[in-house]
Amino acid sequence: MAQLVINGIKQTVSADPDTPILWVLRDLGLTGTKYGCGVAQCGACTVHIDGEPVRSCSLPLAALQDGQSITTIEALGAGGKLHALQKAWIELDVPQCGYCQSGQLMAAAALLSKSPNPTDAEIDEAMTNICRCGTYNRIRAGIKHAAALLTKKA
Amino acid sequence: MTKQSQTQSQSTLANPSRRGFLAQTSLVMGAFSFGFHIPQAEAAAPAPEVNAWVVIKPDDSVVIRIARQEMGQGTLTGLAQLVAEEMECDWAKVTTEQPTPGQNAARGRVWGNYATGGSRGIRDSHLYVRKGGASARMMLVAAAAKSWNVPATECSVNKGVITHKASNRSTTYGQVAELAATMEPPRDIVLKDPKTWTIAGKPLPRLDTVAKVDGSQIYSMDFTMPGMLHAAITNCPIFGGSLKSFDASTIANKPGIKKVVAVDGKGVAVIADTWWQAKSALEQVAIVWNEGPHAKLTSADIAATLKEGLTAKEAFVGNQAGDVKAGLAQAAKTVEAVYSYPYQHHATMEPMNATALFTGTRCDVWTSSQNSEAALETVVEASGLPVGQCDVTRLLLGGGFGRRAVSHDYVRQSVLIAKQMPNVPVKLIWSREEDMLHGHYHPITQCKLTAGLDAQGNVTAMHMRISGQSILSSINPSRLQNGRDPSTFQGLNPDGAEGVFGYAIPNLLIDHAMRNPPLPAGYWRGVNNNQNALYLECFIDELAVAAGQDPLAFRQKMLRNSPKHLAVLNAVAEKAGWDKPAPKGVFRGLSQHMGYGSYVAACAEVSIVDQKVKVHRIIAATNPGHAVNPQQIEAQIDGSFAYGLSALLYGEITIKDGMVEQQNFDTYELLRMAQMPKVESIVMPSGDFWGGVGEPTIFVAAPAVLNAIAAATGQRIRNMPIQSNSDLKIA
Repeated sequence: MAQLVINGIKQTVSADPDTPILWVLRDLGLTGTKYGCGVAQCGACTVHIDGEPVRSCSLPLAALQDGQSITTIEALGAGGKLHALQKAWIELDVPQCGYCQSGQLMAAAALLSKSPNPTDAEIDEAMTNICRCGTYNRIRAGIKHAAALLTKKA
Repeated sequence: MTKQSQTQSQSTLANPSRRGFLAQTSLVMGAFSFGFHIPQAEAAAPAPEVNAWVVIKPDDSVVIRIARQEMGQGTLTGLAQLVAEEMECDWAKVTTEQPTPGQNAARGRVWGNYATGGSRGIRDSHLYVRKGGASARMMLVAAAAKSWNVPATECSVNKGVITHKASNRSTTYGQVAELAATMEPPRDIVLKDPKTWTIAGKPLPRLDTVAKVDGSQIYSMDFTMPGMLHAAITNCPIFGGSLKSFDASTIANKPGIKKVVAVDGKGVAVIADTWWQAKSALEQVAIVWNEGPHAKLTSADIAATLKEGLTAKEAFVGNQAGDVKAGLAQAAKTVEAVYSYPYQHHATMEPMNATALFTGTRCDVWTSSQNSEAALETVVEASGLPVGQCDVTRLLLGGGFGRRAVSHDYVRQSVLIAKQMPNVPVKLIWSREEDMLHGHYHPITQCKLTAGLDAQGNVTAMHMRISGQSILSSINPSRLQNGRDPSTFQGLNPDGAEGVFGYAIPNLLIDHAMRNPPLPAGYWRGVNNNQNALYLECFIDELAVAAGQDPLAFRQKMLRNSPKHLAVLNAVAEKAGWDKPAPKGVFRGLSQHMGYGSYVAACAEVSIVDQKVKVHRIIAATNPGHAVNPQQIEAQIDGSFAYGLSALLYGEITIKDGMVEQQNFDTYELLRMAQMPKVESIVMPSGDFWGGVGEPTIFVAAPAVLNAIAAATGQRIRNMPIQSNSDLKIA
């Protein structure tokens, strides 16, 4: 049993302590976070834990402390509004099959929160999630477009 | 397209309690559509079906039925554009839905072929879907004309509004749809000239993007229903092996475990409340395998078998002209090279999975498939029930690339598990390791090329001997033609619409010594075009070097009889600035190929610093005949290079002790953001044929880069992938 804050809501989670956070979330119906490899390689399972991007397939429930906060793709946009990245993704038609895009967006959001105008090198370093459809160039363009949207707003 | 409409169409598919919805909309009207009489209505319709392709709701929204499978390649949007174009409806009011294969079977395959592979989504169905849209428009106009008692020829349509100018009356599709559904379908349908298109041919946004950015899109992996259990499976990892016995007593007291079952004599599955419970318990089940005849097989064994084929006497002929023996004997200079291409894994982001519910008299499956009609056949066979008591609901694929096109092994297993847990829906999910071990791999081949040049450096003779695995032998031996697998010669054929060898070589022999190792082979994005283009285009570069000629001029001369091949090549050369020197430290390589009906070419720019190779820029051209959605074609070009370069740089499945060595992405590396080059696309449809776009540009990815590397180093890499067959590292 663990007391976690998931997408802003306090919840009591009862799963075997060795259960990865990915499966805890998916069993709660938060299926936007995806299973891809189970070994923290592909990043399809990326969520934010206390604001940090984490590959949730390899983080057991037991590793979290009571009160820690998890944000998933379902709550990336605040107050029911789309995040700038989501808007950019729609505008540039980034996804193809889309299966990896939740993880890509969560990784990109963590990047933008640290570096509002990331360089190409910073994008290469932060965006190590795998996309088999090969949407990388549109992801890169999407991050830059979102950065511009956020800068304009600020 | 609104978010709401997407959410709604998803819930139609994803929510089992609403499964009847589509059946109701589909089966209602006894209308005629394209030669098929539709069985009588079963239930009252919430909205009228004008014909099999089009349902119009009273609020004027248009639901277009899509038979081919969306898996990221954009075919759903493209096909909807073609129907909407002919319908002249309001694009903003278009949504889509996918009839099930069971509904297609019940209606005499009114929606045609569901199979989605070979870049066929649009090129093989554009005609009948456009006719579906045009027929619907004509029936809607006829209905309005009838209600006004005026000739249909006096009515016009614009964005779903029908107008009779003389009497100053107008109505909408939604208002006349019910009457239209009773009209006689037209027999003479004239399609619009593509030059007048306003919806098709335009770079419209995809219809399915919004749900993919907020986590709401339901993939097969995400499907759920009340009371559903989860299954994890492990099948004998050795090719040709089987299940001998298992002991599950060690997990008897673990939480959540419902049942442990043998599956198909090949595997063991644990059924539990959650998938993690099932998977972690499965790891503790003691399993004994019958290792079978291939337990000692290695990659070296397979390579030796293929090598023997390079000089074998017997071979199937794919393309022959003149007398290659005499041509080689008379040559002023001969050049020979041997290449190889390894097994590749599809590595779809979403591992194989399917949910099955077996009741004894019905079997339903919810899954992702590139060919749900074939999936349904699998369900029928595995369940033992007649087709009328089975169906497959199509859910979005987290990647296909050919893996979900032919073999529905995961569907079969899900049914065999569900039969052992009747009346309970069970979702089977393969772990990534299971997925890697039980792929249907890109076939392995080697190729020996021998060419003769005359004193002027003209290629007078060429023998291209391919040795290796046939896909058809693995997946469908009944389709072999007297033992020959015609798909082996993709892009090398003398004629036909699929893929023609473009070079003029007077004495030519292209043949195939079939050697079939025991691994299952399958269609893998680009299929046999991948290695065929690589072998040929790298060797042509080698010949240009041997002739002391520029690789572009050398190809131009040999493509003199193939203007469409030549046009895409010239387009990339021009955009790349081939006639000017590359920036310092940058080297260029070219390639061209024709496959799946389209003509493609690429120019790659690479640099090598400290033995690290970096692909900076790709210029790619395609002539697909018609460009239904140019921005989605650009996305496919981008993606095809990511997929093709991933294989070239890293991709290799190797075998030890009869099993695959690479079991996850730590050992089967894949291309990531930092390795993705810039891709500049040239989409240049000539308007006189219909070719594919999902695959073709992948053919030229690897050879263009290999030719650029050879230009940089003077050394040829002839065995793939680069990472394990050269001194180069990947930057």
